[in-house]
Amino acid sequence: MIKVDEKGFYGKFGGAYIPEMLYPNVEELKNNYERIMESDDFKKEFHSLLKDYVGRPTPLYFAERLSKQYGAKIYLKREDLCHTGAHKVNNTIGQIILAQKLGKKRIIAETGAGQHGVATATVCALMGMDCTVYMGEIDMERQKPNVERMRILGAKVVPATSGSKTLKDATNEALRQWISNPVDTHYIIGSVVGPHPYPEMVARFQSVISEEIKYQLKEKEGRENPDIVIACVGGGSNAAGAFYHYYNTPEVRLAAVEAGGLGVKSGKSAATTALGTPGVLHGSKTLLMQTVDGQVVEPHSISAGLDYPGIGPVHAHLFDSGRGEFYAVDDEDAMKAGIELSRLEGIIPAIESAHALSALKQIKFDASDIIVVNLSGRGDKDLDTYIKWGGY
Amino acid sequence: MNRIDQLFKTKTEGVLSIYFTAGFPQLEDTLPIMEALEASGADIIEIGMPYSDPVADGPTIQESNKVALDNGMSMKQLFEQLKDMRETVSLPVVLMGYLNPIMQYGMEAFCKKCQEVGVDGLILPDLPMQQYLDEYKELFDQYDLRNTFLVSPQTSEERIKEIDQKSDGFIYMVSSHSITGAKSGISDEQVAYFDRVKAMNLKNPRLIGFGISDHATYTTASSFSNGAIIGSAFIKVLQNAENLQQDIKKYIQAVKQG
Repeated sequence: MIKVDEKGFYGKFGGAYIPEMLYPNVEELKNNYERIMESDDFKKEFHSLLKDYVGRPTPLYFAERLSKQYGAKIYLKREDLCHTGAHKVNNTIGQIILAQKLGKKRIIAETGAGQHGVATATVCALMGMDCTVYMGEIDMERQKPNVERMRILGAKVVPATSGSKTLKDATNEALRQWISNPVDTHYIIGSVVGPHPYPEMVARFQSVISEEIKYQLKEKEGRENPDIVIACVGGGSNAAGAFYHYYNTPEVRLAAVEAGGLGVKSGKSAATTALGTPGVLHGSKTLLMQTVDGQVVEPHSISAGLDYPGIGPVHAHLFDSGRGEFYAVDDEDAMKAGIELSRLEGIIPAIESAHALSALKQIKFDASDIIVVNLSGRGDKDLDTYIKWGGY
Repeated sequence: MNRIDQLFKTKTEGVLSIYFTAGFPQLEDTLPIMEALEASGADIIEIGMPYSDPVADGPTIQESNKVALDNGMSMKQLFEQLKDMRETVSLPVVLMGYLNPIMQYGMEAFCKKCQEVGVDGLILPDLPMQQYLDEYKELFDQYDLRNTFLVSPQTSEERIKEIDQKSDGFIYMVSSHSITGAKSGISDEQVAYFDRVKAMNLKNPRLIGFGISDHATYTTASSFSNGAIIGSAFIKVLQNAENLQQDIKKYIQAVKQG
């Protein structure tokens, strides 16, 4: 059974390893999020915004030419068509309504590639709330257009200048700022990471993805359950959303695809389940890329959204328990899969999502299988990377 | 007898605890700094075990962690450096650090090693109280290690009472909403919080840390508690030191005597 327990654990992973200074905030969230999320008030606002503002439900698209190429029935869950270009906004909409109901005045967030930062800046603009986004100095350089998008939306973007100056450090910085401003500030974490209740809360906001897949597949195929769901995993929020309503349906295979970087054994990788060992980072016990001394190792992926040394605790548990299948896709193969989808279906995917597509080459399936690939984001933000890579 | 217990038995006012990062500024400075602190009149030595992701620390201590790691500091190296410390250092020694490196070393092996070299207590900011009670308290007790928890202005009275009841050694009062080294000076709001906790008559002694940097802040903090903890300001002294022994002595005396 894949389910979070009272202390915030999925099997051996999860929990809330936080400094005492954050205890009141995390406790407040833990004691209120379910009650608020289950209230009619919240549900009404959340679903109305998802429908009219985000553009949900997103289509479940039968990709005919891709299907022919791989010899199975392949559907794409089109999260790339969400407002702001990725699934991230499902979570930020949920969390900002929650923050308002908790009486918070300010929002902080971390971002890697900038997708979660943009999704947060967007909902803050929508709700008229003060927004500060922490972003690694190197990522700010790499992802300039998203930095400007956030600024246009009225957010303040603050460089994280410590450590490797990327997502991990932006998260450290956001946590430090939360410690320093605990009373009026809500921290919108962008993935299924962080101290309990964040991983479960974010997964529940994202679970709208598998909720829709179920009824959409029923309409198209007369059955709710595909044979395989495929999603990429950095922290793992889109995967958690796509898997959520199938966690405990064992006949549905859950395929999680990590970033192999330059190769799992190259020393330049972000394949956490292949390379990680149990440890504690950013408030939860999970699998973590680290040295034998317990220092966190810098990951590498061509996709900034997968460039994270940990993984959400639920995914660590899916791996550990054998419920999930884990694959690693290298930079090069992901780029090729991105070009392939562009040519076969006229959809330029985010490089993150291209990892999930490339896994079709590794995963064993039958010709009669129905496969859903969660297309978590669109490739507009990655044009620079596509251009630099060439190969098309 | 545990040296922390011993200390608070005889000294209940103006206890001065000094934090520094192991292996900073140079890898081999750990023991010489401890000896200088002992010679200068500090009361507790708090040694930071460097970590790549110290979320409760501000820029000064973050930087010292990074330098120490670049110098090659590790848990193994630290215990090697501390192995004969009790020949020259008699002050209570507390190790401060984050959970992950300790988990990789192995909690029991770590506790055992602490007792072997003569460590008296631990401060692990990201070890939650419940986890401590469920998984580690027995170990800490077995190896005679005192465990210090942090409380902040936001910590409820009920929670402070619970922490007091379930911890030993001393309570670390974080002086404000902040990470280490963020602010200096003490505001009226902070004074109200110090008074509030003082009035609770806790069983454990209390030391105030975060934002303590000089004689004035040390004196004020001490007037509301059993003493104060200095971290970032001392790291800056080490950063700029030309002669470690002399500069440490000068600084500690300035803090104590003004």
